Amino acid sequence: MGTLCTGTASWPNCSTSTCWATPPTLDSDLSQGIHAVQGLALCTLSTVGSADMCRDLATEVEKLLLQPGPYVRKKAVLTAVHMIRKVPELSNIFLPPCAQLLHERHHGVLLGTITLITELCERSPAALKHFRKVVPQLVQILWTLVTSGYSAEHSISGVSDPFLQVQILRLLRILGRNHEESSETMNDLLAQVATNTDTSRNAGNAVLFETVLTIMDIRSVAGLRVLAVNILGRFLLNSDRNIRYVALMSLLHVVQSDHSAVQRHRPTVVECLREPDASLSRRALQLSLALVNSSNVRAMTQELQSFLESCPPDLRADCASGILLAAERFAPTKRWHIDTILRVLTTAGTHVRDDAVANLTQLIGGAQELHAYSVRRLYSALAEDISQQPLVQVAAWCIGEYGDLLLEGSCEETEPLQVEEEEVLALLEKVLQSHMSLPATRGYALTALMKLSTRLRGDNNRIRQVVSVYGSCLDVELQQRAIEYNALFQKYDYMRAAILEKMPLVERGGTQDEEAKENKEAQHSEAALVPTEPQASKLLDLLDLLDGTSGAAQPPPSSEGSLVHLLDLPYVSPAPASIPNLKVFEREGLQLNLSFVRPPGTPALLLITVTAINTSGADVTHFVCQAAVPKSFQLQLQAPSGDTVPAQGGLPVTQLLRILNPNKAPLRLKLRLTYNHFGQSVQEIFEVNNLPVDTWQ
Amino acid sequence: MIKFFLMVNKQGQTRLSKYYEHVEINKRTLLETEVIKSCLSRSNEQCSFIEFKDFKLIYRQYAALFIVVGVNDTENEMAIYEFIHNFVEVLDEYFSRVSELDIMFNLDKVHIILDEMVLNGCIVETNRARILAPLLILDKMSES
Repeated sequence: MGTLCTGTASWPNCSTSTCWATPPTLDSDLSQGIHAVQGLALCTLSTVGSADMCRDLATEVEKLLLQPGPYVRKKAVLTAVHMIRKVPELSNIFLPPCAQLLHERHHGVLLGTITLITELCERSPAALKHFRKVVPQLVQILWTLVTSGYSAEHSISGVSDPFLQVQILRLLRILGRNHEESSETMNDLLAQVATNTDTSRNAGNAVLFETVLTIMDIRSVAGLRVLAVNILGRFLLNSDRNIRYVALMSLLHVVQSDHSAVQRHRPTVVECLREPDASLSRRALQLSLALVNSSNVRAMTQELQSFLESCPPDLRADCASGILLAAERFAPTKRWHIDTILRVLTTAGTHVRDDAVANLTQLIGGAQELHAYSVRRLYSALAEDISQQPLVQVAAWCIGEYGDLLLEGSCEETEPLQVEEEEVLALLEKVLQSHMSLPATRGYALTALMKLSTRLRGDNNRIRQVVSVYGSCLDVELQQRAIEYNALFQKYDYMRAAILEKMPLVERGGTQDEEAKENKEAQHSEAALVPTEPQASKLLDLLDLLDGTSGAAQPPPSSEGSLVHLLDLPYVSPAPASIPNLKVFEREGLQLNLSFVRPPGTPALLLITVTAINTSGADVTHFVCQAAVPKSFQLQLQAPSGDTVPAQGGLPVTQLLRILNPNKAPLRLKLRLTYNHFGQSVQEIFEVNNLPVDTWQ
Repeated sequence: MIKFFLMVNKQGQTRLSKYYEHVEINKRTLLETEVIKSCLSRSNEQCSFIEFKDFKLIYRQYAALFIVVGVNDTENEMAIYEFIHNFVEVLDEYFSRVSELDIMFNLDKVHIILDEMVLNGCIVETNRARILAPLLILDKMSES
């Protein structure tokens, strides 16, 4: 039996067959009097016990909880823990014995009991309330542990049973959280433990660490909290790295609530940044970032930047974004802010987040007085190194925008930098051609080159050349840009200066600068490109009505001029004279009438309502009416009210035509009808004659 | 809660493994190799606590053997650190100056000791005498 038990215990994967076999045997094992066997059985149960097993054997285990032998009892208690984890309803069974078990002297049983109580409290708030009553008892136990002298049985490097102490402290933490009364009872005890524990050995430090965590979590008095933070500070100075690590971790928890107390230890935290140990430096980095505030931001940023240069690659991204965030929140001056971001970009450019570029361009754009300064700094940074993509993007944008300031050569804040036009162009070309540049970067560089064509005083041959070369680039994005810019050079030279002038400041959180500029350019280019399109979209010829689509024949605007005319309203609108209706068609009882309306607000607009009435004896079905107008007009056919004209003068079918006549040309209208009448399909095409003059004048 | 308890030597061979939370058999070897890799790459001056996936590793080196314990967030790392040493001291007393060979040839006894000390992820007994008592009785019975 024992071997079976140990065997199953070493494979804690509940295969169903073994699970069914073991409960009856376990049951008999548990009820036997032999301690060893009971112990083994409990061990098995606690490791592999499935939910069903637990339910069956719960009462047995409970009986064992109260047996005299501590060997079995301690195991029974922990089996109970496992049972509660698997089947939470069983906690009702195990709740009552706990109070009695706390009176134990045997540390093993006590340890197990504390674990059981902790588990119960974590699972149900009702249990939590119940166990708050035992807080004084726990305090008493811990007190005896701490103040009793050396006890050979339990002492580990001078501290009596640190494991039990740690467990009790943890339970006290759970019980005292958010509860004033329990916290008060614990205060003295915690102070005692904190001051009297021997810290020369690890065991003592373990207890102390747990104490500090407990103090920070419960509602303790202010003095106690300060004591806790000081202990953590002392830990930080300890030479043992493990202790420093736990101290950094707990300070991170503390910094939210007790910011000022932790600030005192800032120098030590910064020291820990220089640790070669990865876990330590990571924690130190998080803590340092949390400690940055407006008074120490310059010093801290300095430290963090030197850390950034030497830190392991997986921490770089965090460090870079942390510095940028801190700079954003606490920057004392704009210039300092720009400098900081610049430095971060040069050291760890590839690891910054994507919006850093956008933020920086926004920032520079906003700081008018610093345009010259920033463009110079960026130019020198770019001249040195073109591999860091975010830096290159920002620099390219800046050079494009403020190229004229770069060439002026006078700026108080940096050393005088004589830059030739040719150098600038050469640098941008280098960026364009470099294999290290991302497509986005190339786009920035190309746009910058274009902008420089208006800012530089020399002639633009070099720029034109580059732009035309890229017109056949494989990258579609670049190709499109190059072609558009080419068009700007060739056909729309007069617009070039206006398009490429300085960007207005974009709203924070709005579209990226690059996008906004793209849109602006795209609009102009589209309008420019439309007339050069081949005659793909055929304008509906008056004599050509072959397409069967419901005739929304909408000729595109022939030139920008017409669009403009549509929208301005300088004409004095004539008084809306009512125009007489016109009968245009009659065949076998089907009549077609046109009525005209010219709305006073829009003199170029004419609304025609086509009405089809059927006075014959048979219905007209599948009635479709299409219209065509000359090229200079714009026609819009709205959906008809129906496609069946009922017989005997029933409900007529109406359809609205909207005609725009901006040139006030004489109106000519051609109609095409298709319908079924008397079992025959009819098609009629005719031109409307005798249109009243008022319809178009 | 202790998730697992491993004893691995410097060449990466696992001498003892005990899992308190179910892990698939084939995933165990993977886990062990990763764990030992991260422990071996640490130098002497670095701290003994590593953050690994979603739990923490606490390791301690004894000559050529690494004892690694994986715990979840609620455990006190330093207490576990102390516990590892406690375990080694118990082994020391039982085997009189334990070595890796002792562990290899008496794996069942080591398992019994570990079971006495840790039950289902919780520390149950840390007193040396009490832990070894059942084992000594067992030894006496098998001799006679």
